[in-house]
Amino acid sequence: MPARVLNMIAFVDLEWMGEIANRLRGVGRYSASRLVVLAYERRRERLDARVMISSEREPTPGELALLRETVVVELGDRHLGDLTTIADPLVVTDMPTLLWSPHGNHEIAAPLLGLSQSVLVDSVDEPDATEAVQRAGMLSEQVYVVDLAWLRTTPWRERVAAWFDPPGKRLELAHLSSVTVRHHPESTVAAMLFVGWLSSRLGWKPSAWVGDNGALRGSAHTSRQDVALCLEGTPDLMVRGLEDVTLDTAEGQSVTLARNRGGLRARARSADGSEREWTIPGASRGEGGVLGEGIRQSLLRDPTYLPALDAARAMLP
Amino acid sequence: MAISAGRPTEQQGPSNPLVAGLERLPVAPTTLVIFGATGDLARRKLLPALYNLAHEGALPERFHLVGIARKEKAHEDYRAECEEAILQFSRRKPDDDVLAALLANVKYIPGTFDDAAVYSSLGDQLQEFDQDSGEPLNRAFYLSTAPEFFPLIIDRLGTGGLAHHERAKVRLIIEKPFGTSLQEARELNRKVLGIFDETQVFRIDHYLGKETVQNMMAFRFANGMFEPLWNRNYIESVQITAAEDIGIGTRAGYYDKAGALRDLIQNHMLQLLCHVAMEPPVSFTAEEVRNEKVKVLQAVPHPTPAQVPNISVHAQYTSGHAGGEDVPGYKEEEGVAHDSTTETYAALRLEVDNWRWAGVPFYLRTGKRLARKVTEIAVTLKPVPHLAFSQEGSLGVQPNQLVLTLQPNEGVSLRLGAKIPGTRMVIRPVNMEFLYGTAFLSQSPEAYERLITDAMRGDATLFTRNDEVEAQWLICDPILKEWEQSTDGLPTYEAGSQGPPEADRLMRVGDHWRAI
Repeated sequence: MPARVLNMIAFVDLEWMGEIANRLRGVGRYSASRLVVLAYERRRERLDARVMISSEREPTPGELALLRETVVVELGDRHLGDLTTIADPLVVTDMPTLLWSPHGNHEIAAPLLGLSQSVLVDSVDEPDATEAVQRAGMLSEQVYVVDLAWLRTTPWRERVAAWFDPPGKRLELAHLSSVTVRHHPESTVAAMLFVGWLSSRLGWKPSAWVGDNGALRGSAHTSRQDVALCLEGTPDLMVRGLEDVTLDTAEGQSVTLARNRGGLRARARSADGSEREWTIPGASRGEGGVLGEGIRQSLLRDPTYLPALDAARAMLP
Repeated sequence: MAISAGRPTEQQGPSNPLVAGLERLPVAPTTLVIFGATGDLARRKLLPALYNLAHEGALPERFHLVGIARKEKAHEDYRAECEEAILQFSRRKPDDDVLAALLANVKYIPGTFDDAAVYSSLGDQLQEFDQDSGEPLNRAFYLSTAPEFFPLIIDRLGTGGLAHHERAKVRLIIEKPFGTSLQEARELNRKVLGIFDETQVFRIDHYLGKETVQNMMAFRFANGMFEPLWNRNYIESVQITAAEDIGIGTRAGYYDKAGALRDLIQNHMLQLLCHVAMEPPVSFTAEEVRNEKVKVLQAVPHPTPAQVPNISVHAQYTSGHAGGEDVPGYKEEEGVAHDSTTETYAALRLEVDNWRWAGVPFYLRTGKRLARKVTEIAVTLKPVPHLAFSQEGSLGVQPNQLVLTLQPNEGVSLRLGAKIPGTRMVIRPVNMEFLYGTAFLSQSPEAYERLITDAMRGDATLFTRNDEVEAQWLICDPILKEWEQSTDGLPTYEAGSQGPPEADRLMRVGDHWRAI
């Protein structure tokens, strides 16, 4: 049976197509049901295409195999003016379409936004965090943006939300006095979005980030007190995303959630100074898992992303 | 401060603005206690479900597991057993580090369920966890034992002072079967509710945790096109089938006491009937959904002894052929008495006497060793009132039929009449098919993953309420009593067949069982 879930248009550089194929293989069951790869090579004169139909695995007796379709179109500069007329007939009608341009080429691929309901970006791929946040903001005005940098913060957002969920702890949200996020050096945007999320959910009024010896420092104004904010890159972290998050309250309570083997390591300090540490189990999704989650999220709508992005934009230096 | 409200969670107080938009809602810190911790259900379902929740980061931020069973063993030995069960039965290959993190929080208490020392040790252990955490953790007691131990454990939890806690939620999760008769169900409810409040009690019917069953609510109440037809004016009959092609396997001890009606119809199939027949709930909350289901069950007339032979059939399989192989009859199965009169097949014709459904028969059937494994709900619409074209030379115009398949391939199929290409206006039925698997990227979680999470969150939507379970028994009890008292011989059917021919007599004129 052909799967009918999602069209995905991937605009890629032809010479790096193998790398993209490898990344997409890592997403497993989250593969788009029809993948249209537009493989671009500047000097290419001919338009070539090939089609593959595949099943993720061998079905067991009595089970129906789900088929996924891949269309690869190789094209050059001379075809760029006709990108939409090349891609449009290849996507399945009445099915949402996700656009992904992992090698940059944003301006070249821009006409394809008109065919898409959502766009997949990874803001940590951008060399400049400010530009990345601004670009995500501009894209959001046209289509729904799924930012892998945002998705890398999901487990952290879930755990922070859970920490403050017991009624007694909810009251502490109004007493937060500082937030420190340490992150992979390339994942500043993920840290900015995390702080933007807290800021937008808690109604803070943040000021702009200021560079300070490699870190970014800022503050947010609340009705009770100002919250000191800090983002620090940690060169030792080998994977993209966040390393740890620390939230302190004005009364001396503190919680730190840190990346650890087998889950997050939690360290909590009470107002009386006593400390506790424990592990919250959870598996790392890996980069394949994050990309797969991005594809899945294109079929959903997260109402908190845009406010978080807006808050992150408001804090840009 | 502009803090907007998040989705409500189980506990009262100011809303948590951080939960908005999260797919996974927080679960309060909890200690889960499994009674019957070394049993089959724990090994095959509960422990793998807990691992998968841990893998996905879906367990509470503070989580402890205590296993209780009769055999003396050390914590380490029980952890090794948990690991072995998870490695064998988990739906995904476990991550060593996650598994180690989960098992680090596992303890074991040996003893018999009547031993007060067990509950004393349990109380001490729970307190120790609370002290380590610096706060009282919620407590969930999961009764995964043989049902005869339920009253005893509940009683001991009460006398041990473990059924309530001033500063934490205490919950009781009870596996099926919830009684084997109306009287037992009532007695068990009395026992449970004498010690716990109904809001603390979560009666498992794992069917309700299946995505496929929840999808029925979405199908009915999120699609405007079907609801106008969903009544006695347009629907001729409803047929619910849960057929299995396998025998009883290693479950003879349980099954020979239970039989097909207790095993599937009293709980799972009546739940399916409720989902088909219920009115749209005002909201998707536990009380609203369960109120509507109870109304359906209350609208099903309780059969009188005289009615039972006309509305029910039970039978037992004999040897036959299945999947190209010779298979034994029920009485030749390992662990089954040679003179067993337990039914392996049961079929009922029920009615739902309310404004929407009066006069529409609901046919229910289930059986072991039938021709094929299938669980489906077939809704047959009334025939068209007038046909302008001849049916000569065709298979004939047949009423539209909507089939919701729950397993093996979850989907929806609609039978339509279509013209056969050619010069004549000849009609034959065709099917418009939809398979859920083709339209979603995600893999469905195991039912127990959803149910354990919901119970720890205090969301009882997918659990059976006390009045619901008694209403189910009010329908089934008279049938079972009549069957037990009947001197007629138990009909038989050949393994691998469509079931006993006697089932045909339940059908109203013009109705037929769908081929399994």
